[in-house]
Amino acid sequence: MDTAIPPSAPLPPLSDRWRPKLDESLLAWLIAAITLLPLAVVAASLLQPQREIWAHLGEFVLPRLLSNTAWLVAGVGGGTLLLGVSLAWLTAVYDFPGRRHFAWALALPLAMPAYVLAFVQIGLYDYTGPLQGWLRASFGDSHGFPPIRSRGGVILTLTLALYPYVYLLARNAFQTQGKRALEAAAALGLSRRQGFWRVALPMARPWLVGGVTLALMECLADFGTVATFNYDTFTTAIYKAWFALFNLPAASQLASLLVLLVLVLVLLEQKVRGDRRYTGGRSGAARPDRLSPWRGWLAAGYCLAVLALAFLIPLAQLLIWAKSVAAEQLDLRYFGFVGRSLLLSGGAALLVVGLALILAYVVRRRRDWPSRLAARLATLGYAVPGTVLAVGVFVPISWLENALIDSIKILGLGQPTQILQGTLLVMLLAYAARFLAVAFEPTQAAMQRITASQEEAAASMGLGRRALMRRIHLPMLRGGLLTAALMVFVDVMKEMPITLMTRPFGWDTLSVRVFEMTSEGQWEMAALPSVAIVLAGLLPVILLARDTEKDA
Amino acid sequence: MKFRPLLIVAALAACVPALAEEVTVYSARIEQLIKPLFDAYTKETGVQVKFVTGQEGPLMERLKAEGQNTPADLLLTVDAGNLWQAEQQGLLKPVKSAVLNTNVPAHLRDAAGSWYGLSIRARTIFYNTGKVKPADLSSYEDLASAKWKGRLCLRTAKKVYNQSLVGTMIARMGEPKTESIVRGWVANLAADPFSDDEALLKAIGAGQCDVGIANTYYYGRVMQRDPKQPIGIFWPNQKSSGVHVNISGAGVTRYAKHEAAAIRLLEWLSSDKAQNLYADVNMEYPVNPKVKPDERVAAWGDFKHDFINVAKAGELQSTAVKLMDRAGYR
Repeated sequence: MDTAIPPSAPLPPLSDRWRPKLDESLLAWLIAAITLLPLAVVAASLLQPQREIWAHLGEFVLPRLLSNTAWLVAGVGGGTLLLGVSLAWLTAVYDFPGRRHFAWALALPLAMPAYVLAFVQIGLYDYTGPLQGWLRASFGDSHGFPPIRSRGGVILTLTLALYPYVYLLARNAFQTQGKRALEAAAALGLSRRQGFWRVALPMARPWLVGGVTLALMECLADFGTVATFNYDTFTTAIYKAWFALFNLPAASQLASLLVLLVLVLVLLEQKVRGDRRYTGGRSGAARPDRLSPWRGWLAAGYCLAVLALAFLIPLAQLLIWAKSVAAEQLDLRYFGFVGRSLLLSGGAALLVVGLALILAYVVRRRRDWPSRLAARLATLGYAVPGTVLAVGVFVPISWLENALIDSIKILGLGQPTQILQGTLLVMLLAYAARFLAVAFEPTQAAMQRITASQEEAAASMGLGRRALMRRIHLPMLRGGLLTAALMVFVDVMKEMPITLMTRPFGWDTLSVRVFEMTSEGQWEMAALPSVAIVLAGLLPVILLARDTEKDA
Repeated sequence: MKFRPLLIVAALAACVPALAEEVTVYSARIEQLIKPLFDAYTKETGVQVKFVTGQEGPLMERLKAEGQNTPADLLLTVDAGNLWQAEQQGLLKPVKSAVLNTNVPAHLRDAAGSWYGLSIRARTIFYNTGKVKPADLSSYEDLASAKWKGRLCLRTAKKVYNQSLVGTMIARMGEPKTESIVRGWVANLAADPFSDDEALLKAIGAGQCDVGIANTYYYGRVMQRDPKQPIGIFWPNQKSSGVHVNISGAGVTRYAKHEAAAIRLLEWLSSDKAQNLYADVNMEYPVNPKVKPDERVAAWGDFKHDFINVAKAGELQSTAVKLMDRAGYR
């Protein structure tokens, strides 16, 4: 939609209906509380010093972990940026063989959980895998083959699993920020390449930063992938303190440090991004440039290589494994697993996107530091290892539960055993604490596209806040909200620790099934529910990619 | 008297919860391995078993957070280390049961009755039959000697199975001796530590390494899928301490609402009938001495157990973890 309001139009006075009725930043803080409460529980551990454990960790564990974590952040940050931006740029601006298919297919790895990709990669490329086996059978040995269980292997795997976050958001940016800007650049004599570096890339920055932030937060919170590779990161120390030394306070302290680190990063990013406002319509569908044949085939080859490594080959391996166990494993229960996974993902997507929308709206309207801080804090949950966050969610809920039960008993109203616990509401709130970041980034990025003059013009025509929301905001936000909803949907489908900890009796999902099989190292059996997760996530991911395509 | 049937129905409805006995289990043993048993129990006794599975750590935190209002009656985990921790954190309640004391040998249960072993898992040595003769092998300690340089594979030190193995070694030999052995293992590694036992066994079969340490039921699974692999099983320390064994087991929770029913389920799980089922589904060894192992398992031969109480593994777990960190065993 192209609501061409000349920027030079005189600004009309804002009507009284524009004034907020309830303090909106309070609303933002209420939403942030969903995340802050569990984080506060985790941070409360800082009050119980664990000197002995810290001395040990500090001397023998932390130095290597910190350098490992730094490598991972640098590698995956750089890797996802490189893959995500290059693929998004190619498919958004150029035409080459298969472009239309690659445009959506390159988002497909989003449906594959990183912890699944991890065991598939090892299954494929380790010494005992088919590739090295073939090398040994043909050439006598496979010593030249780089070890997959290595720093490079983890970085590669996480990059392949997480680049779609950057790809989707970057593509959205390249598609929507106006080919017009590029055309203007071209008119000023800039080549496509110069246009990319000097116009498109700087303009896409909020989207890129958003995508990389998501990828890095996920990477910092990841446990499944690094555990499969036996690559020690900060998360490993958290789990070591908890599961091996049985010192949850120390584990929580480590987690608090991680959150603090992320907070600093996020605030730095905010500072860099500053108050700059990025706008631009969805207009100007310039025809993509046709690449010369050999360049076109090169581009197609590059896209295909990434797609094959990140999705096609792993999926093929999963299918082979799944087929080998399907006869004994596949039964009617899978309807239940799939149904519950879909229900949870759908419910969580609605709830979380609703919250993100309110949050982004408040931040836009208020633009003051308390609202912005609230939004930033609300999105920190994504960086906390899921298991730790699960405890943070569970402790206050149990406290409330026990208080409720006790008061009911005292009032003589009966002997309840469970009220909140094991209800879906608790699960959904826990998902909200974890995935607000995923919904907030695209929502806010889309919100930034609406110009103040559009709003003001609408207001001057007498539109109230609700009408403004309905007639201007929602239509313009539709793409961003859909992106947010689908990303949350797919993420919840893959989520494991919170689901494990907060699910009601009998509420096993696909990811719970994967957990049970992988915890015993039974990859073949884990392949079946993994394939189901991928298939169930496929449709949303295709929708997601198609939606950005449609805008072109 | 039109409303009398209604009254009867209401009275019956009120009785139903009291009649339908049930037990609620928090289980760190996966659904695949416990559901067949619970189904059999329900079929035999009519008692419903509700359960939720998860990781030990979070399950214990959940129990702790729920406190007196927990729905859980029984906590089921693998490895005595975990059960010992649950007991230490006050999550379990000691129970007295003559049946359990008869069925479960003393070194495989808590002295006070807070938890009981239900199956035995042996952690032993495996070797590539094409490259190693059984006569070359002797003990866990020997794997640290220079002749195994570049030939050993280990699972990650983060797994509780290895922590318990090292814990019992500390109990036997003291910290300095154990540490030098663990250092020797690390120096002998042929590949980075594996994240699971099955991968390690396959690596032995494929010739990436010559020897390694793993639990026997993983061997059972690997060989069942591909019996031609050149992997042999070896029982170490037969002239000394015996093969390191651990348990999967369970304890009644401190605030169990159905304590009696939980004890009955526990007793049933240790009985002849259930023991076969319990150990067989995962190719483990029964704890009940009267029960013979599954024939696939029996085929691996008899061996002498380490009779140290498995609780020692829990007690020394954090010492073991720190020792392995110092030795550079990841």
